[in-house]
Amino acid sequence: MTFRDIVPILVLISLLAFVPVFVTANTVLNFLVFTLIIALAAQGWNILGGFGGQFSFGHAAFFGTGAYVAALLQVRLGFNPWVAFAIGAVAGAAVGWMIGYLSFRSGLRGSYFALVTLAFAEVLRILANAAAFTGGAAGVLIKLDVRPENFQFESRAAFFWIALALVGATLVLTRWIERSRFGAQLVAVRENEAAAKALGVDTLRVKLGAITLSGAVTAAAGCLYAQYFLYVDANIAYGTWISVEAILAPIVGGLGTVFGPLVGAVALHGLGEITKLAAGSVPGIDLMVFGGLLVVAVAFAPDGILGLLRRLRRPVQTSGAARHA
Amino acid sequence: MLEVQNATKRFGGLVAVNQASLKVAAGSITGLIGPNGAGKTTLFTLISGFERPTEGRVLFESQDISGDEPHIRARRGIARTFQIVQPFAGLSVVENIAVGAHLRHAKRSDAMARAEEVGRRVGLGPELDKSASSLTVAGRKRLELARALATEPKLLLLDEVLAGLNPSEIRDIIPVVRAIRDEGVTILMIEHVMQAVMNLCEQVYVLAQGQIIAEGPPAEVCDDATVIEAYLGAGAAERLKREKVHA
Repeated sequence: MTFRDIVPILVLISLLAFVPVFVTANTVLNFLVFTLIIALAAQGWNILGGFGGQFSFGHAAFFGTGAYVAALLQVRLGFNPWVAFAIGAVAGAAVGWMIGYLSFRSGLRGSYFALVTLAFAEVLRILANAAAFTGGAAGVLIKLDVRPENFQFESRAAFFWIALALVGATLVLTRWIERSRFGAQLVAVRENEAAAKALGVDTLRVKLGAITLSGAVTAAAGCLYAQYFLYVDANIAYGTWISVEAILAPIVGGLGTVFGPLVGAVALHGLGEITKLAAGSVPGIDLMVFGGLLVVAVAFAPDGILGLLRRLRRPVQTSGAARHA
Repeated sequence: MLEVQNATKRFGGLVAVNQASLKVAAGSITGLIGPNGAGKTTLFTLISGFERPTEGRVLFESQDISGDEPHIRARRGIARTFQIVQPFAGLSVVENIAVGAHLRHAKRSDAMARAEEVGRRVGLGPELDKSASSLTVAGRKRLELARALATEPKLLLLDEVLAGLNPSEIRDIIPVVRAIRDEGVTILMIEHVMQAVMNLCEQVYVLAQGQIIAEGPPAEVCDDATVIEAYLGAGAAERLKREKVHA
């Protein structure tokens, strides 16, 4: 990876960093922070699912672990929230490695792997909902104590910048993956595992690396969620909603691309918000838009929004279409 | 360089390879021929590590590698191609080859440079930036060859790289294979195209129903009565000899 590879990322993040200067309405900032958290969770999913082709239906397992670890360490054990945040991300990595080790070592692939990840997330949800240490069904409330050293801020803009910085860091990480040996081997595993093995790729190690990184990034999103809303319960942290969000954003934005998850998250939630505003009080209308958009994306833009843009720019090049034919 | 000692592979009740032994000398091109279903590809999977032998051993450079995973064997210097081509369809040709090159080159730019070089050598120069899925059958066979070569192997296992090619394509690729050997890569090839076997191989093993039934230089093996009967059925050798006398 050279400096030139990350210039577009730096430009995009710097431009986005100016948004709070122009937009000060709390509702808009709220929406933006939430969208960035989703984007971050989706970026984590994209490392494993987009680049590695291992479709997880249970990224809630990582998101929830991050959220719970961050919340419980400060509430129960008095950790500094920044430290708790870092440990939360590491915990996500550890859970990722563990789930990966158990499922990849026994050769689980495709829908079997998807089902196992779903099961792990559900088991964690039930455990968190039952255990006294996690606050049971009542959840964990993080005490309001607005100080920067306490990871709580007066203005939502500060939180926006932190979320943006994390998304930016993950964009750089993803770009590095794309340009590295690890990334080349990961993509090879996605395209054809047997052929990758024959070429000397240690497929187990590569997949474990991917799910560990993936778990850390999605857990960081969970930590951020807990810190922003100051509340976690089992259905939020380990709920299927976040697993679905983490899958949808990369599929709509562009699987296995650096910017795909961010573009997808912004498109989905942007459109969802707009329809909510337009349709007024029709409940669940944004979810209908989600569903509609997914159908449209799969039918007309199998390479996501980014793939569609690329095809529109170079109509002759049809390698993407051929691949999915 | 490579030695298979009494390898047997059973799949349930089916004995795919039965007490097969063979030796491949360093720097040679050795052929493995035999009728369909003889167990040639299974023997290859034992050598490349995708399956473990039920009995027997595989030695590479005098070391027992029977228990090694495929990627470890690739690191030791054994590369294989697949009979049914397995391109990374979503990647370009040069990216496909680069996956192989990454085995010995950690840096992306080094691997890509190496991949281009190998791609040109097997005649994929004009196709390097095309999608691998757009290649013709002949192109895909060359891609298999290029990817395996990019791992810089000492021993190259070629599983029917010529099958499905037309005579002029075969004529084009034979010198490529010979050039690879001349650069010091030992080759063991499964092949049905006899023109190529006669042309390239110094030593040939014949596998039939899982057993090695003959070995020797190609011309000798082709006259061997057991080999002819393995291909054409019992009594065929006798009949052929009679016809030759009449003619």
